[in-house]
Amino acid sequence: MTTQTETHEAPAGELGKARLRKEDDRLITGQTSWTDNITLPGLVHMALLRSPYAHARITRVDLSAARAQPGVIAAFAGADLADEQGSMPCVWPVTDDIVMPAYPPMAVDEVRYVGDAVACVVARDRYAAADALATIDVDYEPLPPVLDMRAALDENSPKVHEAGNKCYEWTLANGDIDAAFRDAPVVIERDYVQQRLIPSPMEPRSVVCAPIGDEYTIWSATQVPHIVRILLSLVTGIGEHKLRVIAPDVGGGFGSKLEFIAEEVITVLVARRVGRPVKWTESRSESNMASHHGRDQLQRIRIAADRDGRIRGLSVDLLANMGAYLKIVGPGIPLLGAFMYNAIYKMDAYSFRCTGVFTTTTPTDAYRGAGRPEATYAIERIMDELATELGMDPLEVRERNWIKHEEFPYTTIAGLTYDSGNYEAATAKAKELFRYDELRREQSERISRGDPVRLGIGVSTFTEMCGLAPSKLLGQLKYVAGGWEYASIRVLPTGKVEVVTGTSAHGQGHETAWSQITADALGVPFEDVRVLHGDTLVAPKGMDTYGSRSVVVGGTAVHSACLKVIEKARAIAAKLLEAPPEELEFTGGAFQASGGGQSKTIQEIAFAAFDAHDLPDGMEPSLDSDSTIDPANFSFPHGTHLCAAEVDTETGMVTIRSYVAVDDVGKVVNPLIVEGQVHGGIAQGIAQALYEEGVYDDAGNLLTTTLADYLVPSAADLPSYVTSRTETPSTTNPLGVKGVGEAGTIASTPAVVNAIIDALRPLGIRDITMPCTPERVWRAIESARSLGDPSARQNGGTA
Amino acid sequence: MIPAKFDYVRPSSLDEAVSALAGGGEDAKVIAGGQSLLPLLRLRLAYPDLLVDVGGIAELRGVSDQGGTLRIGARTTHYDIVGDPLIAAHCGLLAEAAGTVADPAVRHRGTLGGSLAHADPAGDLPAVILALDATLTARGPGGEREISAADFFVDYLTTALQPGEILTAIKVPKLGDGWGYRYEKFHRTAQAWAIVGVAALTRRSNGQVAEARIGLTNMGPVPVRATAAESAAAGVSASHDALRSAAAYADEGTQPPGDLHGAPDYRRHLARVLTGRALAAAAGV
Repeated sequence: MTTQTETHEAPAGELGKARLRKEDDRLITGQTSWTDNITLPGLVHMALLRSPYAHARITRVDLSAARAQPGVIAAFAGADLADEQGSMPCVWPVTDDIVMPAYPPMAVDEVRYVGDAVACVVARDRYAAADALATIDVDYEPLPPVLDMRAALDENSPKVHEAGNKCYEWTLANGDIDAAFRDAPVVIERDYVQQRLIPSPMEPRSVVCAPIGDEYTIWSATQVPHIVRILLSLVTGIGEHKLRVIAPDVGGGFGSKLEFIAEEVITVLVARRVGRPVKWTESRSESNMASHHGRDQLQRIRIAADRDGRIRGLSVDLLANMGAYLKIVGPGIPLLGAFMYNAIYKMDAYSFRCTGVFTTTTPTDAYRGAGRPEATYAIERIMDELATELGMDPLEVRERNWIKHEEFPYTTIAGLTYDSGNYEAATAKAKELFRYDELRREQSERISRGDPVRLGIGVSTFTEMCGLAPSKLLGQLKYVAGGWEYASIRVLPTGKVEVVTGTSAHGQGHETAWSQITADALGVPFEDVRVLHGDTLVAPKGMDTYGSRSVVVGGTAVHSACLKVIEKARAIAAKLLEAPPEELEFTGGAFQASGGGQSKTIQEIAFAAFDAHDLPDGMEPSLDSDSTIDPANFSFPHGTHLCAAEVDTETGMVTIRSYVAVDDVGKVVNPLIVEGQVHGGIAQGIAQALYEEGVYDDAGNLLTTTLADYLVPSAADLPSYVTSRTETPSTTNPLGVKGVGEAGTIASTPAVVNAIIDALRPLGIRDITMPCTPERVWRAIESARSLGDPSARQNGGTA
Repeated sequence: MIPAKFDYVRPSSLDEAVSALAGGGEDAKVIAGGQSLLPLLRLRLAYPDLLVDVGGIAELRGVSDQGGTLRIGARTTHYDIVGDPLIAAHCGLLAEAAGTVADPAVRHRGTLGGSLAHADPAGDLPAVILALDATLTARGPGGEREISAADFFVDYLTTALQPGEILTAIKVPKLGDGWGYRYEKFHRTAQAWAIVGVAALTRRSNGQVAEARIGLTNMGPVPVRATAAESAAAGVSASHDALRSAAAYADEGTQPPGDLHGAPDYRRHLARVLTGRALAAAAGV
């Protein structure tokens, strides 16, 4: 089957219109309430004391001085809450024999990372609470830290948990991998490091809990209010029906807020103890230590190919750092990558193994892209190595192996069926915008004239899986929840429309995009639609927002609910127009008989449904409709990103000179939002390539606890991007949409590093560990030069 | 920000500020723009009992021409320095370096005096002031005194200011004809501190560099002058090669720190490379 690939033109209807985001007025003028802005009568403030040790036994916690501090209302240690705090759940036990240690929200007898919560203070203001923390006396008996994943797997290693440091081993294999590698003319093996990243949303985490009788309202800066409600109920034993969870406007998450956090449990338990509303808001340093981290995998990747560049097989062996405990979906993150190492390429065999490892570090979980950026990085890096080995252009070796446009839908070696794609079109467009051939010429000219600033070109032809997820498949992967999404359309008597969605936007622009989908389907003005979300009382059902799922699953649910509204309206229109329903056409928000004549607008029908004077017999007086959509498949956006980087060989400084991104995210609801996601995504991927790394010292202290040490790039550090799109609709949902939240992040990291290596390959450099800091680049150059220069080798005596 | 408790006064005259500060003893601190002090308070690395806010004292702000020197009030912000015509005309190096400090929000709040009194060797302006041979004026209970930039920076985050003294002004000798300048700042992100910074001034005469002054940022516990490179550059022809050779001495006598952004040997290397570039740019080659 072939799907049409189009370059975008100005749309006639709402879908595809470049509307400014309706939520931005309040977000950028401060006319909103973030969780930390919430004040309630009698509100008190909680602060958490966190472990300064990576690993230690707690032998004594003395809270008496803290309790005597002015303004302090209560103080609790882990032992005080031990009977009621339960254990933080992991909902993705990826194997039958996975080790799932107890994870107390507040440590009781042992701390396992710097930042583990040990005690809390509740005070009349946050200053008194912070002052009181300093008076808590804790005796620790230090235990050996466990930091290196390979060393942790040694049987003599100190243990993070009694059951050992190996959490799980998960494998996937298809095809005859031995045959693929046996006698293969080309075999390349590389080790890559996915450094630890700290998600760093602009708004740190914050929780407010108001107990009223035996009911609790919880505000949390979360991506997942529905999941928080369920898990909070399961962990605390408070009935789900007595919990209301509200995610007000949330200032970014990047995966860090898809978590069900220990601090949510502690805030609720403490609010119950003190009988007053309690607020907890973390500082940036606290966020860096105790909010979950991302990535942190060691990758070994082997590729076997024929001399003509055809891939025979791919083998991947991962170590994935779980940190000290299992977070909500932590063990599953590498599995999301397992299906993506084969990327857009055809091959005969594939094998994948991931070993999850416990260490005494901050626990890890989803971070923008979640498994897929790691996979894309490794395959796109080794494709460049393959091209070098074969003396081929990196785009040529990719094209030789990628799935052709006419071959979709295509079932890959990893077992997923890609819905649609057109790698040829996206790549051709990217090459043209990038001026690929011209830059290649400049690259060789610089080498010939001995320019100390080298130019490199990096390629990334990526795909990813979005639209999480078919519930059946999630079940097969041992994920304990489904992947459906819910929407409800409420047509008000005056013809205005309320859309209730189970997605939970935290910067994505759902209020605008869902309004466009609704306006387009119902023919009502965009301004007449209001989107309600992020409050379990208002939007009682939903699976929330992560993994680029919202438009694909949640947007489809909105669309599907709209179609049900239209069918109800059709019945009323038929009655009012005295025509058979099947003869009515619905266009531009009005019903009209196919032969012409009178028409009825959706607004008129809305009022008719409300006054209910003249409805068809037996019909309920309402147009309201809802829909719960379980996707039949993932969707697979793709694209070609090209990066030109200049590397100053005297200082090691890398400067991105130009960056072209051609993304194919299927049909587009709002091109401005897509553009924004691509820009932010590329920035975040560049951040991994060049800037960000969570670093521990040998004792397990996190050294990157402030934004002065953990370098998040700003607009001043990033190039202007050239972005464009091709449009190959998804075939698995009626809107043809694919998802875009993570595409830029997934694509850009390998594009940038490939460019750096391309610039330095003539010096004999084939890898630099991320982030490619100036110092690392300079050291790589120095080391390559000393190896390449015989006199230096003799003098240095290291080679 | 959740700092420890402190008292706060905002005097309207310098005399009041001096007496408030003296009354506060060792645990009193001056706050101007707060761009260095507030992060320390936020991290609870500093616990002053009293903050004396000099933000209301008009006489501490602004630039005046005093003949051979410019007098810059200590409370003059980086933003004001960047746009000041007297500074542009007579010591443009200061404006160039001030323009690289952090981000626009910091430049609007942060002050020259605050940056110098904080004496972070990773700050940009201490090395610049050192290279400009500036003199700093301090007022204490005993009156006013002048301290040369060379004597001002005593140790990491430590200056020659006594408890009770307020830095009031910076006097910068005007650069005469033939002087050129460049601040080469090497940092990983726009808002990050310099891994190494080089403030270079050269006086050109007849195709030669007659005189060079080089201040180094973040190459030791205090900002330092690269005196060996200065001597090596004096009298050489204004050419890339000659200046690069002189710059090979730039790290002599330095004690660069090691941190996440660079080990000492890398900083030494950067100091040499950047000094070569800064000298060449200053000399207009």
